[in-house]
Amino acid sequence: MSNLSDISDVATTHAAALAEARDANNRQIRNARLSAALRYVILFGVGLLMLYPLIWLVGASFKTNSEIFANPGFLPNSPTLDGYQKGWETSTPYTFGRFFLNSFLIIVPKVIGTAISCTMVAYAFARFDFPFKRVLFSSVIAILLLPNVVTRIPQYILFRDLGWLDSFLPLWVPSAFAGDAFFVFMLVQFLRAIPDDMEQAARVDGANSWQTLIYIVVPMLGPALISVCLFQFMWTMNDFLGPLIYLSSVDKYPVSLALKLSIDTTEAFEWNRILAMSVLTITPALIVFFMAQKYFIEGISAGGVKG
Amino acid sequence: MKRSRLLGLAYLSPYLIGLMVFTMIPFAASFYLSFTDYNLMSSPRWTGLENYIELFFHDRTFRRSLSVTLLYVFLTVPLKLGFALFIAYILNYKLRFINLFRTAFYVPSILGGSIAIAVLWRYIFAYEGLVNMLLAYIGIEPINWFGDPTNALFTLTLLRMWQFGSAMVIFLAALQSIDKSLYEAAAIDGASKAHSFIFITIPLITPVIFFNLIMQMVQAFQEFNGPYIITQGGPLKSTYLLPLYIYDEAFKRFDMGYASAIAWVLFVIIMALTLVAFWSSKKWVFYAGDKRS
Repeated sequence: MSNLSDISDVATTHAAALAEARDANNRQIRNARLSAALRYVILFGVGLLMLYPLIWLVGASFKTNSEIFANPGFLPNSPTLDGYQKGWETSTPYTFGRFFLNSFLIIVPKVIGTAISCTMVAYAFARFDFPFKRVLFSSVIAILLLPNVVTRIPQYILFRDLGWLDSFLPLWVPSAFAGDAFFVFMLVQFLRAIPDDMEQAARVDGANSWQTLIYIVVPMLGPALISVCLFQFMWTMNDFLGPLIYLSSVDKYPVSLALKLSIDTTEAFEWNRILAMSVLTITPALIVFFMAQKYFIEGISAGGVKG
Repeated sequence: MKRSRLLGLAYLSPYLIGLMVFTMIPFAASFYLSFTDYNLMSSPRWTGLENYIELFFHDRTFRRSLSVTLLYVFLTVPLKLGFALFIAYILNYKLRFINLFRTAFYVPSILGGSIAIAVLWRYIFAYEGLVNMLLAYIGIEPINWFGDPTNALFTLTLLRMWQFGSAMVIFLAALQSIDKSLYEAAAIDGASKAHSFIFITIPLITPVIFFNLIMQMVQAFQEFNGPYIITQGGPLKSTYLLPLYIYDEAFKRFDMGYASAIAWVLFVIIMALTLVAFWSSKKWVFYAGDKRS
């Protein structure tokens, strides 16, 4: 009998425990659902805050000037290409096409110079031994943290003495000497993580260090090099202070300066021209970003980045 | 593997030349120039401490600019990092569309310093702009975002907070690398989510917090595009950050000596705060034994 009552006792406590557990479980699921919902609400809200200004910008660039400050919505009431047509013409003898061309004339040599010099330097740091290696590598990190503001004035004087003012040279040359320490750092980290077996094998087969670099190391660095080029493209496209200091003739202006110029010279109420040109200015960067997103995310996750 | 040392130096040579010509020499020259009077026309004239005495004891613009800069940095950096960490924390749960959200949050950072974004900010925070139009819907009086000296700096801060994406991506990568079993063990011991966050998450990501803190701080001290395009330093110099002042002195008034002195004060402040951060990091930055590399 006692056994039986024991069993029934156990059964009832068991049932009670089960019910309690079920309740707790339900409560947990409910809580989990609630907090998941809350998270989506927050993320969606923040996402809207992030993107709506950009969405509004695109819509507003097709609005008439009177509508820009009257309609907070995205869709224009009476869409017009007026902003694009007149904005493209600019108030200078040049169209925005010229300024885009200038931007690319600055960007392309700069990106190539960056890629070549940073690869060589990263190869040296990751695969060779030389005097003061530690100190020199620390200097890479020091430059990474060194505020440009302190070297800018003497650099300007140097480029003036060389007669390089109002040319693209001050914008190209420092990058061709591995001046962007962040990229050197990123490539060194990447290269250190790759074992050098392949390079050893190539050397056994009689390849010299230059051939090893070109045929073995560069292909392995592929994704990291793409990140370097993309970041440099983006930063140069957005760079404003460099061109502002060094370029003085309008026919050499990149888009960033041209946009500033159009703010200064456009009639105070011709807002849609400026907004339209703003849209065009950010378009190349957006296209590149969406085409190559994974390189950006990997690039900054790996090395951390300014921005 | 040891190869010829000369070969290594040969590959390093672009960096060595760049380091000398574009960093070390300009760095030293800038220090020298800060003790001179130099307008680019005649050669620099040594004036000793004159520039610094002028700066610290007579220049009211400098004092204003310095306090505005410090306020800007101390507002922007913690707000931006706090927000980035908060969003990264939420994104770290196994949610659907996480990549979509991450992309959406990262887009403003990609456009970062673009002049177009500063222009956009100028329009949406104009008195009759988008933000005030939207506020009107919920019955809030229009706010004078950039016209009022007390608001202008804060509105610039909002612009940089909007670009929290790259700090967030770095936080998210760090959060994703934390071993999940630590949380499970803590939960069994009865730790609440808040406890787990404070005692597990935060210590494990302190290296990344430290990294973000330094990078964002160095960057915030050098903010130029935002105030230059949007407010031109106004109203009443309430957004006249030191980089703007340096730019005006150097490239508008061509007073290279005085501009260098301001640049050096800014540099010393940044360095001092960086050193404080490095020094204090021994106390609060936690490197897991196997992660030190």
